Amino acid sequence: MAGDNGFRHLLSITDLEAEDIIKLLDSARSFAEVSTRPVKKVPALRGRTIVNLFLEPSTRTRMSFELAAKRLSADVMNFSTSESSLSKGESLKDTGKTIVAMGVDAVVIRSMHAGAPQMLTEWVECSVINAGDGMHEHPTQALLDLFTMRERLGRLEGLKVAIVGDIDHSRVARSNIHALNKVGAEVLLVAPRSLLPARVEEMGVSVTGSLDEALTWCDVLYLLRIQMERVNESRFPSLREYTLQYGLTQTRWSRLDRKPLVMHPGPMNRGVEIASLVADEVESVITGQVAAGVATRMAVLYDVLGGSRG
Amino acid sequence: MEFKARVRVLDAEDIARIVKRISHEILERNKGAGGITLVGIRTRGVFLARRLARTIEGIEGCEVEVGELDISFYRDDYATRGGSASIGVTQIDFDINDKQVVIVDDVLYTGRTIRAAMDALMDFGRPRVIQLAVLVDRGHRELPIRADYVGKNLPTAGDERVKVSLEEVDGVDRVEIGEEE
Amino acid sequence: MADSYLIKGGRILTFPGGLAGEADVKVKDGVITEIGSGLSAGKYETIDAAGCIVSPGFIEMHAHLREPGMEYKEDVSSGSRAAVCGGYSAVFCMPNTNPAIDNSSVAEYVFDRGEDEALCMILPHGAITEGRLGKTLAPMGEMGTCRAGVKGFSDDGSWVMDSELMRRAMEYARTMGATIISHSEDTTLSADGQMNEGYWSTYLGLRGIPPESETIAVFRDITLAEKTGARLHLAHLSTAGSVGLVREAKKRGLAVTCEAAPHHFSLDDSSLVGYDTNMKMNPPLRSKEDVAAILEAIADGTIDVIATDHAPHAPHEKETEFARAEFGAVGLETCLGLVLTRLVGEGVLPLEDAISKLTVAPARIMDMERWGYQPCIEEGRPANIVVFNPELEWTVDAASFKSRAMNTPYDGWHLKGKVEHKLFRGKLVVRDGRLESGPRGRPPKAVNNGGASKSRKKSSESKVRG
Repeated sequence: MAGDNGFRHLLSITDLEAEDIIKLLDSARSFAEVSTRPVKKVPALRGRTIVNLFLEPSTRTRMSFELAAKRLSADVMNFSTSESSLSKGESLKDTGKTIVAMGVDAVVIRSMHAGAPQMLTEWVECSVINAGDGMHEHPTQALLDLFTMRERLGRLEGLKVAIVGDIDHSRVARSNIHALNKVGAEVLLVAPRSLLPARVEEMGVSVTGSLDEALTWCDVLYLLRIQMERVNESRFPSLREYTLQYGLTQTRWSRLDRKPLVMHPGPMNRGVEIASLVADEVESVITGQVAAGVATRMAVLYDVLGGSRG
Repeated sequence: MEFKARVRVLDAEDIARIVKRISHEILERNKGAGGITLVGIRTRGVFLARRLARTIEGIEGCEVEVGELDISFYRDDYATRGGSASIGVTQIDFDINDKQVVIVDDVLYTGRTIRAAMDALMDFGRPRVIQLAVLVDRGHRELPIRADYVGKNLPTAGDERVKVSLEEVDGVDRVEIGEEE
Repeated sequence: MADSYLIKGGRILTFPGGLAGEADVKVKDGVITEIGSGLSAGKYETIDAAGCIVSPGFIEMHAHLREPGMEYKEDVSSGSRAAVCGGYSAVFCMPNTNPAIDNSSVAEYVFDRGEDEALCMILPHGAITEGRLGKTLAPMGEMGTCRAGVKGFSDDGSWVMDSELMRRAMEYARTMGATIISHSEDTTLSADGQMNEGYWSTYLGLRGIPPESETIAVFRDITLAEKTGARLHLAHLSTAGSVGLVREAKKRGLAVTCEAAPHHFSLDDSSLVGYDTNMKMNPPLRSKEDVAAILEAIADGTIDVIATDHAPHAPHEKETEFARAEFGAVGLETCLGLVLTRLVGEGVLPLEDAISKLTVAPARIMDMERWGYQPCIEEGRPANIVVFNPELEWTVDAASFKSRAMNTPYDGWHLKGKVEHKLFRGKLVVRDGRLESGPRGRPPKAVNNGGASKSRKKSSESKVRG
């Protein structure tokens, strides 16, 4: 997690060891407790400034990071694409240098370009946290997902997790695959070949084209969002076909004796990857992921900014 | 770094007597057990708090609430100590508004831990009174903090270490002074 | 006497012949006057070539000099400085400029700029199609007979997708005595790709360029070349599939030649970890298996030419998010070092064969005789000579490049083998590894070939050379 500029970063799950992940999850538990208090704040990051640099629109993740920073008593600034200089085509390098000139302790960056957080570390003198870079990674999502799995099912090692959907375009899938492998879980990807990235088995996962096969095996069913663009790229014929083959339909759900924990990074496409009635039934887990998100991000900010200074 | 003991200042019997004495002192000062809550500072303060609570319950016959406080997020040395030191969970399931809260810790030293504990407590509510009970006071205060109930006063040098062992955590009850090497 | 040199104590490398023992070479008035042992300097200036190899200057078949239109990246002048430091006597530049080199006016413009300002020959390739748009043929005949004598045609940067058009282009080129240089890439497969498709593109979350996008296009181009009898030269091959097809085509006796760039025999796609945009090229750095196949193809002669695909870009075009960065790396100043270190030094092929791929092969394919260049060191021949030290160890420092651009994947690399001296048309342009200053410390004036400037005055006459 230590960067070349002398600051700590969280750019990718691959930078973390299994012990680091577990420590963050444990620490997230304490932070979850803070959010149940009447005064939902601790002074841990008082006087520190955190910038949310969201070059790709996102309401949920940005709000989650903002809330996490504020509950640690940090000051938060928000830059998003609609703001003046970024939309005028200012380079990431110049944006980074401007932010740093204002004296900032950490930048939380989301970009549609893989590698942007990594590049940013070369131009800023502060910590950088990856809130999602293109198709590459979304480390805090994986951490909050593991947190949810552990809280709900009591364990991670040996857990059987099936990830369903557009793996090729999913940074959430990549981060989860790395994280789950590190903590000793087993990952099965469920998708047609046309939605799987090249040589994905070499990431240490199994692959199947059958959702029904995965349903009899998994403890956790992690559904990814499917997008219309993929139809235009001929990745699969139509949303209807996708739902038939890979959707968690009412029929499939009711056929199961043992129901897995159903998770989704949000927002859900009701009627596509998950039937509306099933979504209602499993809603609590998914909204639980949201609360977990704030606690996990508090743990990450606390860890990253608690650097050895002085 | 290993701890090398030089002197044993308290053994199991001493500690048991201290717990009894402090329990009586708390009751005396607060004129009974009504409205008293004990909040132990993680880790060993929690077990001491529970022992005090049991003893008080034995004397007065009524239950005393015990809370657990982790002060990691309130430390003032956060920037140098780092954020990944293991954090525990705070559990204060009861209302502390208008109560007499007795903070319980094993060693009172610079006073910074107690300052952090008071800040944390204030985020939970507004106690009527906050008192402090410690097993050992080793001096070298850096803040104007004092204990209301002290098990033993132990003058120490700055480079010495006071090691408190409790049965629940360490398998044995004793307090030693020694060095890190 | 001015421009009279005695190159002393080097080993002569000449083709045909190969590497000989130590000998001295005398140069006067642009020509090699004497070769022998123990020659005395007299009034000639001595150039110390002890421990060095005295070789014909190299020919670059594939470089992007960005002029006209993108001079902020590089131009003919700065490109030639980089080239001579890399040991080149001639550089063929690709026509993907702005405007494109798709007619004789632009071709002559580039050629004339070279004659005016360059320290080596600058020879443009012409576009196959007008504007490189892949729709209509560009005037190959006119470009061939103009001052610039264009005989190589390429839409490099793009593939001629339309097979019927490529067929007709090949037939026409055959009649004009020209060579089609194909950038073989099926862009329906490679669209939006940023790096080689494989494990690493999956790991890094970058859209992949499948090797098949090159292999499929190479197959089509070879098939059409066979049908039309055209001379086909395949640019920057990078995949095992491609070199396999070329090997098999050569066995059948087809007039197919090909080139590989140093980065495709020295780097693979694992170098992309960290998102260093200096590792971003097209064709991309491929898998270890592809690199092994390229090395094998170099060793067995399937690959005829080492060409750098020198692609300069401005800093801001590389210092940006990976997907937004331009493709390409400079290569003129590191090619020799990489050839000597990675190919010769690791026993892939002997030194003579390696240098032959920088001299003999490109000279043959591009018919350099008409420009007065032969890959030999012989009395009476024009003095286009490079003196290089194959044992000299040096560290690549992008900031000290003579090119206007610094986008190299090799910054900081330790290489063995460097140019010490360079003569072009008998004038010393590089001395002791540094550009030679002209009078009063200014850079030396271009070395005009009397024949070329004479022909400019004769531009009303149709035929020039070739």
